[in-house]
Amino acid sequence: MSAADFIREVSHLPGGEAIAECIQCGTCSASCPNVGLMEYSPRKIIAMARAGMRERVLQSNSMWYCVSCQLCSLRCPKDVKPSEIMHVLESLSIKYGLDSKRTRNPAMYKAFVDSIKNYGRIYELGFMIKFCLKTNPFALFGLMSVGIDLFLSGRLALTPSKAGDTGQKVRALLQRAHAVKEA
Amino acid sequence: MKSYSYFPGCSCSEGSGIAYDISTREIARSLNIELLEIEGWNCCGTTPYESLEEFESTCLAARNLGLAAQRNLDVVTPCSACYLTLNKVDQRLTQHPWLEAKVNRVLEGEGLNYHGGQIRVRHLVDILLDKDTLEVLRSKIKRKLTGLKVAPYYGCMLVRPGFGFENPRRPVSLHRLIEAVDAEPVSFALQASCCGGAFIISEPDVALNLIRRILASVKETDAQCIVTPCPLCQTNLDAYQGAVNTKFGTEFNIPVLFVSQLIGFAMGKGFGGLAMEKGIVSPMELLRSYSPKRKPGLYPALYFYLRNFYSYAKKLSRD
Repeated sequence: MSAADFIREVSHLPGGEAIAECIQCGTCSASCPNVGLMEYSPRKIIAMARAGMRERVLQSNSMWYCVSCQLCSLRCPKDVKPSEIMHVLESLSIKYGLDSKRTRNPAMYKAFVDSIKNYGRIYELGFMIKFCLKTNPFALFGLMSVGIDLFLSGRLALTPSKAGDTGQKVRALLQRAHAVKEA
Repeated sequence: MKSYSYFPGCSCSEGSGIAYDISTREIARSLNIELLEIEGWNCCGTTPYESLEEFESTCLAARNLGLAAQRNLDVVTPCSACYLTLNKVDQRLTQHPWLEAKVNRVLEGEGLNYHGGQIRVRHLVDILLDKDTLEVLRSKIKRKLTGLKVAPYYGCMLVRPGFGFENPRRPVSLHRLIEAVDAEPVSFALQASCCGGAFIISEPDVALNLIRRILASVKETDAQCIVTPCPLCQTNLDAYQGAVNTKFGTEFNIPVLFVSQLIGFAMGKGFGGLAMEKGIVSPMELLRSYSPKRKPGLYPALYFYLRNFYSYAKKLSRD
């Protein structure tokens, strides 16, 4: 796959349209609260994507440390929307099974989405337990104290939401979405 | 009476931000706003779903818009993350006709249909700032909050990237609402910085540090409480304040209210109706000084006694 192919793939997904407009000014990297944790800064990852370094881009942990605070997208002088590009890169790395193992965020996102797929809405307690069991079961002890606080103030639902047949309808919707996407 | 389709979102409806939903419904009634909950709404998908499966997440958010379009009223949501996601998807459907056609093929299966821009998605803060609503609010103020110093914490998604009602570089909406109830807004440096969001689960060290920075920035001012329009921000700043104190050896003890709770309080609503007891850093002491004293009933008293006992025991075990 050539460099041009990878740029085309990114820019054809909603959110990645403007990747070719980037002038490498670095405003995004300077605005990012988590840039220190990223293997490649937002500016760099855009440059690498445009250079066609597909594997290194999709295997990196950079986009997974994006908290979607949108500061880069607001400040970008060329309206490239780096935070949206990060989401595009995330979904591509999942698509090709290249998601980084050097951050727990992909696992958290997966547990979160499983909760939506099961119930149609987020079941906070279930998703947190599932995420901890999949990554580090001992992390549950760390969450316990806050969990008890939330429970005592009536802010922790112990069972998933009872929203009628919403779960069923969402599962059907996602099945149809999958079929339409593949078609 | 103004009517809106109401989209509470997952964390407000029965999760950690439930106090936001309760207090929003409570104040809406008195402000001549009718909130008609969208029947059978689902999670908007927010950042995690979009990051894993772009197209599926677009369909998921579009289903809510399709459900709302049946009633043809503007959508109101109190949650900043839902506000961003629903607006973004609406924008994308307008921008890409091919995407709209594809999404509608999925929605058809449930008899739904949605065209980009068909309805507006507005945030609770936005509709409260409508001129006539603001007038009704001013006329219904019962408690004098003069002198109460409130730090407006905007967070990210209400202001950025911006969907019309707010200046994303210099947000003012919360300042205006705080002024409307005669309290005093106190600007602080990190008022629109990120609280870490869901990273508190996956990367707690990263998020706790972001929370500490925000709390320290509030502490530099003489604000007595924080007000926020986002359920994630409230949970992070409030429920994790103790964890920040343990980790960094700080002594933050600042209540974090939802914007609807502050407004309801100024309108003379009871603490219970605004779910004030759900604050982990209790705002009771602060708010009682602005409210005539009343003897609590037996069960609330027992409840508070038990909770105080629990936090005292926890403090002992920490020391």
